[in-house]
Amino acid sequence: MRDVAVVASMQRQEPSIDNESEVEYMVPLMHGVKESIGITQADVGFTCSGSSDFIAGQAFSFVMTVDGTNPVPPISESHVEMDGAWALYEAWVKMQMGEIDIALVYGYSKSSGGSLRDVLATQMDPYYVAPLWPDAFAIEALAARQLIESGRVSLEQLAEIASRSRDHAASNPHAIRTAQKSVADIMAEAPIMDPLRPSDIPASADGGCVLILAAGDRAKDLCDRPAWIRGIDHRTDAHTLGVRDLTRSMSAKIAGQKAGVGNDKVDFAELYAPFTTSEFLLTDALGLGEDTVINPSGGTLGAHTMMASGLIRIAEAAQRITNGDGDRAVATAGSGPNLQQNLVCVLEGE
Amino acid sequence: MSDTANDDVLRAPLRLEYPFIRTTGAVVGGFLTGLREGVVLGAKRADGTVLCPPLEYDPITSDPLTELVEVGQAGTVTTWTWNGEPRPQQPFAQPFAWAMITLDGADTPMLHGVFVDGPDAMSTGMRVSVQWRDEREGHIADIAGFVPEESA
Repeated sequence: MRDVAVVASMQRQEPSIDNESEVEYMVPLMHGVKESIGITQADVGFTCSGSSDFIAGQAFSFVMTVDGTNPVPPISESHVEMDGAWALYEAWVKMQMGEIDIALVYGYSKSSGGSLRDVLATQMDPYYVAPLWPDAFAIEALAARQLIESGRVSLEQLAEIASRSRDHAASNPHAIRTAQKSVADIMAEAPIMDPLRPSDIPASADGGCVLILAAGDRAKDLCDRPAWIRGIDHRTDAHTLGVRDLTRSMSAKIAGQKAGVGNDKVDFAELYAPFTTSEFLLTDALGLGEDTVINPSGGTLGAHTMMASGLIRIAEAAQRITNGDGDRAVATAGSGPNLQQNLVCVLEGE
Repeated sequence: MSDTANDDVLRAPLRLEYPFIRTTGAVVGGFLTGLREGVVLGAKRADGTVLCPPLEYDPITSDPLTELVEVGQAGTVTTWTWNGEPRPQQPFAQPFAWAMITLDGADTPMLHGVFVDGPDAMSTGMRVSVQWRDEREGHIADIAGFVPEESA
């Protein structure tokens, strides 16, 4: 496997970005991250993005954002209608072929224009489920009750996850839910969708993330301490809710094994866990123990930007490795109802 | 320009639409047709278990599933949540519970609404039965919802 590392990243997340289009707010990030390590688009061998036409409300909306990369002369480029983490995966695969040394990856969305929890009903089975319009909180609440009634997690443990995420988010300038709250205060919250409380649900944001991958010696030239990708894998569970166990994440478990999560200690993990229940499922599936700091950024409970939150997890984990806060980290990305699809990435510093 | 000057120009109304219709196939279509007739069908898997609603392919083995069997019109709630205010576009007029319901004779649960007065009337393991809509058209909402079995 060719050594590929995250060498730089930049992100922006806000409750709602009202006066700029997606392109307008992504351009400064795309240029800023390249400038931060002294490269230009001409140095980039492959550019790959993740976004959603459906959320943007416009066909081929990503093409205008590609224009913002400064693609003259023409560039080698691709796009996934998925979280930017899957664009990173495509770029990583491309880099394995040995033809290119640097890739630019980004993901973004501006979901504040609509009601995301309702829009997400359209990702459900189009015949049996979507016509009933269950919103995303209801779908997760069904899994949450099953999980709690199984006795594997309590409402109090979920409140601890929410409280700790708020504590961590308080020191993250990109987080939007930063008010600290005790476990007791979260236990006293009225359910928003029983048994989920307001602190159990994601903090929906507009924004995006841009990240640069570099291979081998090029990575060492561009970054004092690159965050090397030592394992990366993605798996998916069945789409139909009734045919899978909503209290366990089989896809995350398999992806974690393939990525080698358990081969060594994990200093910290950035998990794509929109709900407190999702975090429980992921720590369980990945076998993360108490010696692993979970979501030092505050995670998606601190700020959740559709199509970028997974890529942001990788960027956050990589940045902490580059900063020397730890040597080995796990980052995950997810997609679909009840964590249907999961990508797991293991990052290490030298 | 007068109309008479353009008599040779062909004209047609412009209607912005998405004019595609997809057939639902033998399995999904069979289930939806069943709903129109007031019966609920599931798909029988090779191991004898029944998926309801039916899927075209087995989620574990990927084998095509072709045998539809009738399941019961009452079943057991496996999990639920309370939808205090119907959200826009939901086909329910009053507050209701979302529930996963395993119908008698089926081995997997389906999602639908349950009509009760409030969350205190809901519990995992409770028995519910289908409440049919009078006018049915082959749609998942032909099932108006479910009601507790004793009140059916």
